[in-house]
Amino acid sequence: MKVLVLFMCIGVFLFASGTIEGDIERQPLNISAIVMFLLFVGATLMITYWASKRTKTASDFYTAGGGITGFQNGLAIAGDYMSAASFLGISGLVYLAGYDGLIYSIGFLVGWPIILFLISERLRNLGKYTFADVASFRLKQEPIRILAAFGAIATVILYLIAQMVGSGKLIELLFGLPYEYAVILVGVLMILYVTFGGMLATTWVQIIKAGLLLSGATFMAVAVLYHFDFSFEKLFSSAVKVHDKGKDIMSPGGLVSDPVSAISLGVALMFGTAGLPHILMRFFTVSDAKEARKSVFFATGFIGYFYILTFIIGFGAIVMVLKNPEYLDLAKQAMSGGSPLIGGKNMAAIHLSHAVGGDFFLGFISAVAFATILAVVSGLTLAGASAISHDLYANVFEKGVCDEVKEMRVSKIATVLLGIIAIGLGIAFEKQNIAFVVGLAFAIAASSNFPVLFLSMFWSKLTTRGAVVGGVSGLATAIILVILGPIVWIDILGYEEAIFPYKYPALFSVTVAFVFIWLFSITDNSKRARKDKAGFMAQDIRSQTGIGAEGASSH
Amino acid sequence: MTEITIEIIKNHPKYQELVSSRSRYAWTLSVLMLLVYYTFIMIIAFKPELLAIPLYNGSVISVGIPIGITIILFSFLLTGLYVRRANSKYDLLLEELNADIKK
Repeated sequence: MKVLVLFMCIGVFLFASGTIEGDIERQPLNISAIVMFLLFVGATLMITYWASKRTKTASDFYTAGGGITGFQNGLAIAGDYMSAASFLGISGLVYLAGYDGLIYSIGFLVGWPIILFLISERLRNLGKYTFADVASFRLKQEPIRILAAFGAIATVILYLIAQMVGSGKLIELLFGLPYEYAVILVGVLMILYVTFGGMLATTWVQIIKAGLLLSGATFMAVAVLYHFDFSFEKLFSSAVKVHDKGKDIMSPGGLVSDPVSAISLGVALMFGTAGLPHILMRFFTVSDAKEARKSVFFATGFIGYFYILTFIIGFGAIVMVLKNPEYLDLAKQAMSGGSPLIGGKNMAAIHLSHAVGGDFFLGFISAVAFATILAVVSGLTLAGASAISHDLYANVFEKGVCDEVKEMRVSKIATVLLGIIAIGLGIAFEKQNIAFVVGLAFAIAASSNFPVLFLSMFWSKLTTRGAVVGGVSGLATAIILVILGPIVWIDILGYEEAIFPYKYPALFSVTVAFVFIWLFSITDNSKRARKDKAGFMAQDIRSQTGIGAEGASSH
Repeated sequence: MTEITIEIIKNHPKYQELVSSRSRYAWTLSVLMLLVYYTFIMIIAFKPELLAIPLYNGSVISVGIPIGITIILFSFLLTGLYVRRANSKYDLLLEELNADIKK
């Protein structure tokens, strides 16, 4: 049981996506960080201006006209995935528990090859702007679009809460700015990028940020290895010497100890990744299936490389930060012992940047961390706005007969609204326990978005009724099990024992979704069902060959 | 796409070759990835001490670390294998199929 609790604690903190727990003591104004951040903002606003001149049609707005190359898109996907949670959270977990951080990284990575083999090319061949285009390809438009849009918006808003709260706290800590200012700043910048520059600006913000993050992390990892004469034996033996857990940091600890949680987490990470609307949308920004395929290849490479770096960074932090009083919260240490870091355990990489590169490099890494949040938030908002304007407005409300100018206007209004909602929720949730939100977002993506999307491409007997019943039950099961699970039931509602014992509901909710989709499809003898099944052959040929697929626009 | 083109493509030998060969390869690689990942997870869940064995006598590094890094590299290698075959074999088949249909 103890082990399970530890597992849950670590999971909670990682899934909290870059949040920094507890009350944060505002730091003195960090000038070099602010200057570098302003440079980043200036450059990205110039890109937004450039992109706004090129964003004329709906296709430009949603998918950058399909003109992004596989390499660029690979970097941008990696950028979406290397959020502040991955960078600060995983290096923090390595710092705290050693080997367990690597287990998490691997879980986050292994979904990508599967996405490449089974999903990316078909998705590109079938879709136009959103993943609902694919899910509703041969099924009845309205119900499937509503379901998919609901899944997408729910995922986006949950994710946005985590990012906004994380950004507020991070900026408060790193830049010495008040929490509300930080949240409003992120919201306003994101609205500017997305409304004016659309997908083109969002993609380039993501690419620049990914480049900065990868170079910063590379520098830190090399600096750590340099310190140990590039000997892993030296690095690891020094770490074992200073860490409280000693030799245990070299092998699996309590992170994944009960098989049900282990598998459930694996399911959530793998299928959840393949159901995240902002990630799926990136596949429509390239010209064809070939470029989509290349995107995943590059993305997998960058993400894998990045996780290896965070592992070295985490171990570097154990040696260079753990015993250095400069980085420790001495007041807390006097009270409860151990080696608590200033700002919490997620700050290990930030402190290490100071240890290896002084104030200047600390400023650089702080600015990169902020840029990371900004970029991820922009991608999320664009995906949410597309679900509202393309799926709900153009295809449900206007029944698919709607001119582009109107649709674009709606998507821009939706962006501004989502931005305001994000700022509002960011401020409202400042003092709340938001540990459940990213886990819930992944669970919904895995249990509703993914099964419907996957079966629509792979199973000829899927019917509209099956998809709707299964998708809704997967969604409901995920939400209910998260509420009845330990994070909400014990940590937030304060009950003694959780009704549902596992923190990750994905194994159960994904199963529910697939079983219900299957059951309500095979028993469906309606006229619509015959039409749904009859459409599969044409859809399959297009998904396999790309014949008839949406091409890139002329520029 | 009209009914007739669907029939033509569906029964075209190049299309059938493309679909069967690609799906066989894609599913094989997927299963391989899942097998490696879940074997790793099961070792962690049931026999974590296996990963704590020192890499060589007297080393502080456990075998778990190179194994973990290898899984990351393996994932990347698999994507590379797939892309290489898709770029050559499958794209060629697709091109030939497209040329045949246009005739």
